[in-house]
Amino acid sequence: MSEHKDHISTYKSHVVVLLTLILLTILTVTITSVHLGPFNTAAAMLIASVKASIVLLYFMHLKFDEKIYRFMVTLVLAIYLVVIIITFFDYLYR
Amino acid sequence: MEQTHIEHTDHFDPRASKLGMWLFIFTEILLFGGLFIVYSVYRYKHPVEFHLAHQELNVTIGFINTIILLVSSMTVAMSITALQTGNKKLTLIFLAITLLLAFAFLVNKYFEWGAKIHHGIYPGSEFLMSLSKGDMLFFGLYFFMTGLHAIHIIVGMALLGVVYAKVHNGSVNQSRYSLLENGGLYWHLVDLIWIFLFPLFYLIH
Repeated sequence: MSEHKDHISTYKSHVVVLLTLILLTILTVTITSVHLGPFNTAAAMLIASVKASIVLLYFMHLKFDEKIYRFMVTLVLAIYLVVIIITFFDYLYR
Repeated sequence: MEQTHIEHTDHFDPRASKLGMWLFIFTEILLFGGLFIVYSVYRYKHPVEFHLAHQELNVTIGFINTIILLVSSMTVAMSITALQTGNKKLTLIFLAITLLLAFAFLVNKYFEWGAKIHHGIYPGSEFLMSLSKGDMLFFGLYFFMTGLHAIHIIVGMALLGVVYAKVHNGSVNQSRYSLLENGGLYWHLVDLIWIFLFPLFYLIH
């Protein structure tokens, strides 16, 4: 069952990922404390999405695992995105 | 009958168990995803109330809890690295740190919710009922979504507790670490949800 070697993340890479996530969190707090109008929320959501991608790819190991997992996650997120878009088309143009 | 040889086939299948874990995570993503859509629609309909109501929330506590969850996500990822490289003791230490951080998150949440409830803000409170619809919706969603998230923290702690015991007794080890990996995935999911909860509730501008 262990013919192929599983990818083992290093401690150092985990620390780098954590520091990146913390920096992005500080960036979110800073960006939302200045006036950018509607762009505040957009920026906060964009940064949150970047953080989520980093967690998915590195901590949740999608970058190193077999492609099937990445494919499934992408599919589910795409379906979710479609649901969001359809809901908002309804509310914006009602 | 002595020749009858009963073979205990080992049904250990790390690939399938990970696929199963991901399928479960998808149901969780859609559960919270639905709530995020409810939040977005109500915020779109009551922008001013949501903006004013969010000022009641303590950004500092939210920020600290974000950092706590991010660090705990790292320690659980490190515990997998430790087990993969055969260091059982370090695995247990990382898992213990993760559990402690999870507990710290809940303690923070307790004080945060406690302050709100002390000020008369809780679902169905007289004070909240006297406020506008938008305020009620904001705090209703706040208590429901962070509460559901806190339940996930508790479930995650129970799961990681089981993993800790199994690593300790050796049934989860260097060549069979699927349970640790899947427990880790669940914990990262909890972190993932908070990554969106934090800006949406604490950082409205």
